[in-house]
Amino acid sequence: MAKRSNEPFLWSLFSSGGMIAALVVPVLLFLFGVAFPLGWLKSPNYWDLLNLARHPLARLALLAISSLSLFHGAHRFRFTLYDGLQIKHLNELIAVFCYGGALFGTALAAYILWNI
Amino acid sequence: MKQPPAYTLYHPKWYRKRVSTWWWTEQWRSFKFILRELSSLAVIYFVALLLWLLWSLGKGPDKYLEFQSWMKDPLVIAFNVIALIFVLYHSITWFNLAPKAMPIRMGGKRLPEWMVAAPNYVVWLVISAVVAWFILGGN
Repeated sequence: MAKRSNEPFLWSLFSSGGMIAALVVPVLLFLFGVAFPLGWLKSPNYWDLLNLARHPLARLALLAISSLSLFHGAHRFRFTLYDGLQIKHLNELIAVFCYGGALFGTALAAYILWNI
Repeated sequence: MKQPPAYTLYHPKWYRKRVSTWWWTEQWRSFKFILRELSSLAVIYFVALLLWLLWSLGKGPDKYLEFQSWMKDPLVIAFNVIALIFVLYHSITWFNLAPKAMPIRMGGKRLPEWMVAAPNYVVWLVISAVVAWFILGGN
């Protein structure tokens, strides 16, 4: 029997993360990274923003956005290294680095959102 | 059982031309492919930014103010604009992929690609508007 591959599972994380990132990352990055710092739009009040982030649904959504986007990014970056730089021989090292980083980021996001 | 074939020197099927590390600079379409793949770095950067924002939000108004003044650095803004362009490129290529990944047939004919991709853009607009509405305080 052929060895079972992890690739379908990793790919499902990649594709759900790709969708979620495509849908919400541009608006968030535009607001917090460009529009608020440049004063195009009025920055929300600290307490309003804190209350919003503390809502259980917002925490769940933010955890999903962070974690899935990271797995999406990890998967794609792994193949960027393979294809762009042709370093397939470092396969295992790169996979551990990419998915390990995404796991670490997920744990960090959970910790931050739990304590917010 | 057949014996494994003896070792063959210079097997014709094994000839592989060495591909340059810079193969993707030779054609615009492969360059675009690598640009799209590099959007992963912009997504990872965004998550780091988001976690920093949430962390400083949880630490109190002073830390949040510190985060905001960091964001006002022209270099950071320039970096964010570049990341935003990559992230938009990811969104657009992602949404346009749908009709290629799952062609929908109606009456034996394939629906035109834009008709399969269009709902993605509608959902994108609606979600962006809702997120912005929540953050801007519903005013």
